[in-house]
Amino acid sequence: MTDYLANYLPILIFFGIAAAMGVGFILIPWLIAPKSPDSEKVSAYECGFNAFDDARMKFDVRFYLVSILFIIFDLEIAFLFPWALTLTGAGHEQAVFALWSGLAFLGVLTIGLIYEWRKGALDWE
Amino acid sequence: MTLAGVAFYLLSAVAVLSALMVVSLRNPVHSVLFLILTFFSAAGLFVLLGAEFLAMLIVVVYVGAVAVLFLFVVMMLDVDFVELKQGFTRYLPLGLVVAVALLAQLVVVGGAWIERAGPDRAPLASVPGLTNTETLGRVLYTDYVLLFQLAGMVLLIAMIGAVVLTLRHRPGVRRQDVAVQVGRSRAKAVKLHDIRPGQGLG
Repeated sequence: MTDYLANYLPILIFFGIAAAMGVGFILIPWLIAPKSPDSEKVSAYECGFNAFDDARMKFDVRFYLVSILFIIFDLEIAFLFPWALTLTGAGHEQAVFALWSGLAFLGVLTIGLIYEWRKGALDWE
Repeated sequence: MTLAGVAFYLLSAVAVLSALMVVSLRNPVHSVLFLILTFFSAAGLFVLLGAEFLAMLIVVVYVGAVAVLFLFVVMMLDVDFVELKQGFTRYLPLGLVVAVALLAQLVVVGGAWIERAGPDRAPLASVPGLTNTETLGRVLYTDYVLLFQLAGMVLLIAMIGAVVLTLRHRPGVRRQDVAVQVGRSRAKAVKLHDIRPGQGLG
């Protein structure tokens, strides 16, 4: 058990370095950068004219579509990881069956991909 | 206390506290960010249990994709903070019912765990000698093939549903058609006019 957790020590160190860098990039400028704010400097800037509106506005639903399609293919990849690892290990009969069942899964999702493509969901206008 | 014990208490404390922040914060965007922290802590707990594949899956799917989706939903809703808080007391009974049901389920699971004695008290994350991912792969594509194919069907339906519900083609918007662009020939694109001096273009 301790051996297994020791495998994750590099990741822990990596997290530590990442957190230290993130905090450092905020903290160091806050400490040493010169600050002389005035109302023009800190107000919102939109190139050439006064800002019209709040930045929090509704945006197009098609971003959502892209995001959903991304999640679906993300899940597909999650199913492919164990598939790729076990195709060589198990007995031959089983491995062949697993290969075809995985390919059928990919086939079903390829139908979905073709559907999206034909519908133009992957195009940007 | 061992290092694993310290890690467990640290991760579960962060998970519980950030889950509390998710439901109590005023700004939904901040709630989503705390939700991401909760997912990360849960992934760490899964690593401690030896379920590495599940842990990485949480990071890839929940943190990478679901959290982004939640952010989109929050931003698309055109959030009105005052209005959001108004339904709190109205939905409180329903929320309490859900919470009690979840608690009851956890008590049942805990009771089953206490009743079960012997060496296999805690389920193994993986078959000895194999990694967690390989253990899953051994059974997922053969023993559980129907469920696996069903998952594929569910993903297909989700894909089609997303396209049907959200895809709107607005008229009058130009879209890029690569085949047409590439297929343009000089004959179709360029027209040569012969203009006499002093007459101009008709």
